[in-house]
Amino acid sequence: MSEVLANTSKGHIEVRNFSLAYETIEGPVQAVTDTQIHVRPGEFVSIVGPSGCGKSTLLNAVAGFLKPTTGIVTVDGERVNGPSAERGMVFQQYSLFPWKTVRENVEFGLKMRGMPRSQRERAARTLLGLAGLEAFEKHYPEKLSGGMKQRVGIVRALATGPKVLLLDEPFGALDAQTRVIMQQILTNMWQRLKISVLFVTHDIDEAIFLSDRVYCMTARPGSIKAEIPIPLERPRQQSMMMSSEFLALRRGLMSLIREESLKAMGGEINDMGMQGLNIELHGHSLADVI
Amino acid sequence: MSSPALVRHPEYSMPVTAIAEAGPAPAVTPPATPPSFGTLALRWYRLNQGRLRATAIGIASLLAFLLVWHLLTTYRVVFFVRFTNVPSPLAVYASFSKAIHDPKFLMHILLSCRRIFIGFSLAAIIGVPLGLIMGRFKLVHEIIFPVAEVLRPIPAIAWVPMAIMLWPTNEQSIVFITFLGSFFPILVNTLHGMSLVDPVLVRAAQCLGARERSIFREVYFPASLPHIFTGLTVGMGVAWVSLIAAEMISGQYGIGYFTWEAYSLVQYADIALGMIAIGVLGLGSSLLIRGAGQLVMPWRST
Repeated sequence: MSEVLANTSKGHIEVRNFSLAYETIEGPVQAVTDTQIHVRPGEFVSIVGPSGCGKSTLLNAVAGFLKPTTGIVTVDGERVNGPSAERGMVFQQYSLFPWKTVRENVEFGLKMRGMPRSQRERAARTLLGLAGLEAFEKHYPEKLSGGMKQRVGIVRALATGPKVLLLDEPFGALDAQTRVIMQQILTNMWQRLKISVLFVTHDIDEAIFLSDRVYCMTARPGSIKAEIPIPLERPRQQSMMMSSEFLALRRGLMSLIREESLKAMGGEINDMGMQGLNIELHGHSLADVI
Repeated sequence: MSSPALVRHPEYSMPVTAIAEAGPAPAVTPPATPPSFGTLALRWYRLNQGRLRATAIGIASLLAFLLVWHLLTTYRVVFFVRFTNVPSPLAVYASFSKAIHDPKFLMHILLSCRRIFIGFSLAAIIGVPLGLIMGRFKLVHEIIFPVAEVLRPIPAIAWVPMAIMLWPTNEQSIVFITFLGSFFPILVNTLHGMSLVDPVLVRAAQCLGARERSIFREVYFPASLPHIFTGLTVGMGVAWVSLIAAEMISGQYGIGYFTWEAYSLVQYADIALGMIAIGVLGLGSSLLIRGAGQLVMPWRST
């Protein structure tokens, strides 16, 4: 196992002076502007924000799929120039290869690295065992439930021993119960591997429950509105979600996001509608919370 | 290997490994005694009721078709359509039992099959890789696609005179017509398959360390396979259409020529025999392709 998951507890992500614009016929559209974030080695960091704020854009830039318009993305001081096995990625749509069995999916990264068949088979079995999937190694992904698919997705991303794990709303398509279990599994794997995680979600509870730190983004064009440390002790338990500490963090983040969501909807909401919402919004400003 | 993080949580009684089995749990508990033959037969019947029904109706409708054919021809019905000279099923059967002992008839069939095999194989060997490359490299697509689009609507049969001029022997021109008939469906469907490859899968492969060549082999190709096989199935059908037409026009041998010759020689039963032989051969080759598809794409079979 150690040869597969050999990770030197590196994985320092830095995003500096980052902005990204899409070219359209009406000129460039700013998706993300003036953003700085960082993830320390072994840290679990989430990005939350209203839909369309560019959080996935930011993550895709860290993965190397998108080039920043300005600024720089580095991992351990090395500039990100394109996708690489050093940065494992988990997608919302699972994106398992339908023509490969569960084990072959997990083996894929090792195969690309040129590991001999017998060795990577053994490695994949070990990893699948960790995720409780050894009984399904010969199944094709189509036969699996959503939760199982995403466990395979996570295991596949971790198989090559990446420095960082990037997750783009990985549990967004799962039902609430499965989601809770998946969060626990992810936490578990993260603690075991001491890997840096950058996690994009729109679920505030999920962000707080999982993270050491949460970045909250503004409405489009997205930038960092707030950085909220999550001082909840680990290991975390489901019951913590009822604690006053958790609820206070939740209220704070909720109001931040609601502010931005309203901004994003902009003109759609007139004064009449805003008044009721504003009262509630100012009732729990972030200052009260932290 | 248990997980320390989970063990410490009393409210998390379900260990990670147990979650997997919580999925599709086998619902059937084996009974203490093995079920009797009767019970098994009854169960099998219940499970396959729909399929049995379809088979039974299918057989009945084929028999009805033969009966109607028989009646129409024995009574030489003339009602807009003239059945005066149409051979009866029994006459066709008689000529069939004679033909299977006739080496000439078998040679006709063998030759047609050989033409299909060569023409279709060439179309697949050229069409599939070309489609894959066109789907991946824009420049190749931009260069070849316009030409293909101009040539594609021309039916293969319209190529017959040109083919006779192009190729030194009759045999070659017939194979060429067969090739043309199947080439375009194969090319177009392969291209279509390439255009539908999920870009997220390509991204997934990239961040697992796959380079261009591996992405092509491990993602684009298998992702396009279902459409490639659609193209092969359609291409096989068109190959037969083109072959029969070419054989009727310019052939000396082949099942298409056999059918046409039967008409010229007033061997009416042989016309129907030729037609049925063509139908059976076409069906057989489609089944072969479907079987190959299931072998190549095990993830698609249920």
